[in-house]
Amino acid sequence: AEVEETLKRIQAHKGVAATIVINAEGIPIRTTLDNSTTVQYAGLLHQLTMKARSTVRDIDPQNDLTFLRIRSKKHEIMVAPDKEYLLIVIQNPCE
Amino acid sequence: MPAKAAERHRQGQSGPSGGKAVPPRPAKAVSKKRDEDVSTEAGEGVDEWAAAKTLVKPPDQLELTEAERAYKPISYVDQMAIHFSLNGNMILKDSDEGRRQSIKLSAAAKKAPVETFAVTSEEAEIKGEESTENTQPAGEEEAERSGTAEVAEAAEVEEPPPPSVKEQKLANQFNFIERASRTLNNPMRERACQSEPTPCKNFSATANQWKIYDAYVEELQKMERSKEKEKPKAQIAKREEEKKKGRKLTSLESQSDDINKISKAAKIMERMVNQNTFDDIAQDFKYFEDASDEYRDQQGTLLPLWKFQYDKTKRLAVTAISWNPKYKDLFAVGYGSYDFMKQGQGMLLLYTMKNPSFPEYVFSSESGIMCLDFHNDHPYLVAVGFYDGNVAIYNLKKATYQPSYKSSAKSGKHTEPVWQVKWQKDDMDNNLNFFSVSSDGRIVSWTLVKNELVHTDVIKLSVEGTTMQGPEGLQLQMLGCGTSFDFHKKIDYLFLVGTEEGRIYKCSKCYSSQFLDVFEAHHMAVDSVSWNPYHLKVFISCSSDWTVKIWDHTIKAPMFVYDLNSAVGDVAWSPYSSTVFAAVTTDGKAHVFDLNINKYEALCTQLVVAKKKNKITHIQFNPVYPVVIIGDERGHVISLKLSPNLHRMPKEKKGQEVKKGPEVEIAKLEKLLNLVREPESKAGK
Repeated sequence: AEVEETLKRIQAHKGVAATIVINAEGIPIRTTLDNSTTVQYAGLLHQLTMKARSTVRDIDPQNDLTFLRIRSKKHEIMVAPDKEYLLIVIQNPCE
Repeated sequence: MPAKAAERHRQGQSGPSGGKAVPPRPAKAVSKKRDEDVSTEAGEGVDEWAAAKTLVKPPDQLELTEAERAYKPISYVDQMAIHFSLNGNMILKDSDEGRRQSIKLSAAAKKAPVETFAVTSEEAEIKGEESTENTQPAGEEEAERSGTAEVAEAAEVEEPPPPSVKEQKLANQFNFIERASRTLNNPMRERACQSEPTPCKNFSATANQWKIYDAYVEELQKMERSKEKEKPKAQIAKREEEKKKGRKLTSLESQSDDINKISKAAKIMERMVNQNTFDDIAQDFKYFEDASDEYRDQQGTLLPLWKFQYDKTKRLAVTAISWNPKYKDLFAVGYGSYDFMKQGQGMLLLYTMKNPSFPEYVFSSESGIMCLDFHNDHPYLVAVGFYDGNVAIYNLKKATYQPSYKSSAKSGKHTEPVWQVKWQKDDMDNNLNFFSVSSDGRIVSWTLVKNELVHTDVIKLSVEGTTMQGPEGLQLQMLGCGTSFDFHKKIDYLFLVGTEEGRIYKCSKCYSSQFLDVFEAHHMAVDSVSWNPYHLKVFISCSSDWTVKIWDHTIKAPMFVYDLNSAVGDVAWSPYSSTVFAAVTTDGKAHVFDLNINKYEALCTQLVVAKKKNKITHIQFNPVYPVVIIGDERGHVISLKLSPNLHRMPKEKKGQEVKKGPEVEIAKLEKLLNLVREPESKAGK
């Protein structure tokens, strides 16, 4: 309920283009994009997050990945990993 | 014809150079020749040869010719020089000599097989040899005579030896016979049996360092759990209950939406999204230091940062602001209404600077909130005072929207709005307790005993000289209305109370009926009193009579008085310096003073909100960052960054150590006070 509200707020926030929630296996649960794009994003970002997390933990096993941001020319992709889920938000930074 | 022509040319050439042994100059000759006669081919060819330097014979070599009995040049020079000649000994096969030799060779070949006979037939060989030898010369002689006879004889000679060769066949000592037999092959039949394949699954994993670490941590936890299980049974019973509860909880969780598990990630994401949107403000907050302060001659500015607002609080005024002692970016805002006529509901919102668009916690209440305070040791407990006189404690750890504990009419709530609450140290039974001051003239201590709020009247603000004679001879005492109070940082029992009459009472927790001291502070209600965080004796007060006064609690008269041209809503000391404080007035301005730099004027006077529509109600300094938050009547909270001039530490001369710490602050203020005090003491004397 609260989380739902938070997600709604994020979606309604200025500049946010899309929100995707994917589970531990990389299957999208909730999305605001069309299916094919969602699946593409989900697959690619899942792999990238796993790699990033592996890197962080390899360096120091007591550490863990909290957030991943990919800023490109057109937008910014933000990935918040959780134990079982992955929350992806694509935002156009207002510049 | 061409040869003759060549001869003529030669003659012409050799004429002038006849008899000379010098080799000619062919180039000149050639050119002459070419000029004279270009058409003849032979002449040209001869010229070229003459021109070649690799002549075997000189061109004008003379040769004696019999025909003309004269020396004539050789017309045709043979360019071939034979250096070596060897006569070969090969004869044409079909010529006479060739045939003769071939017959000889064939006779010799017949001799060879004859010679390979066995020992027993040696005689025969010899005979054969002899015979062949005989026949050979015979053959030769005859060959000289006639060719065909030769051939016939040669053929005869050839024939007898081959039959003899055929008869004598090679044989070995043993009679070797090869025999073989074949058995019947049994027909082959294939039989096979196939079992069901065991179900296979591909598994791949990488053994990373962190996976190993995780495994170890899990092991460790298991071991700890097993150790706990070894503890006495009484606890086991408890744990079983907990497990049952735990099971209930888990079943509830599994029933609830899976989305809830993402709450933490969603929170972080929201903050990041906000950071992106408010990127420039975040950068300003962190890094911007106004460079123009150097030119401003010690004046400073306030840079507006984020503005916090929530649509449900649009009609409510900010009545209280407080920073969380533990999380330096979290602050609580209490909403209510100062207007006596328009009393509505109240709200308590907790914002974090990391998320300016939505509060972290939202609590609503029926009555307007007038004041709030965080507990120092338990930063999740917020004490709140309401307009209707109640007090409550909110527990942020619990997910409920209702306060954990609330006072009621029965439990001794105030009869007037509660203007200030402050947490105290835990009492001797380790119960949480806090004080509240209200317009009903009572200062009450509330203690949380066994989940209930128990109140104790600490002091009653009786106004001197106002005892009245009530009916039946009762003595009624008029009670002053407390509007604010503050406890001393070090001296635990000492506290100050400001009242609506403009007086400030210095009180002690120990004495319930008497004040230690009274200050005639202001002409109107004292809106706020606050002890200096460093100096033990100094406190500040502000009032609706437009003044801000700084006091030394041992001296009756104020040390410093500032007139701010408008009712002062709130004043606050800065946490980093003992000489800096800020005040807000109802005309929308914020004033920042630094006594160390300028004793009489504010360093910064800035309009923070629109003048006529809005009034500022409260101000608070952030304990860590150079940020102040200001609340106004419209329910907005604005955060502002202090420019460098406003939070500058005094520069020490080079060579001296830069001293920091409370002692320095105290000394600074003390110095200032002494400047003010001495003439006063003199005046007093």
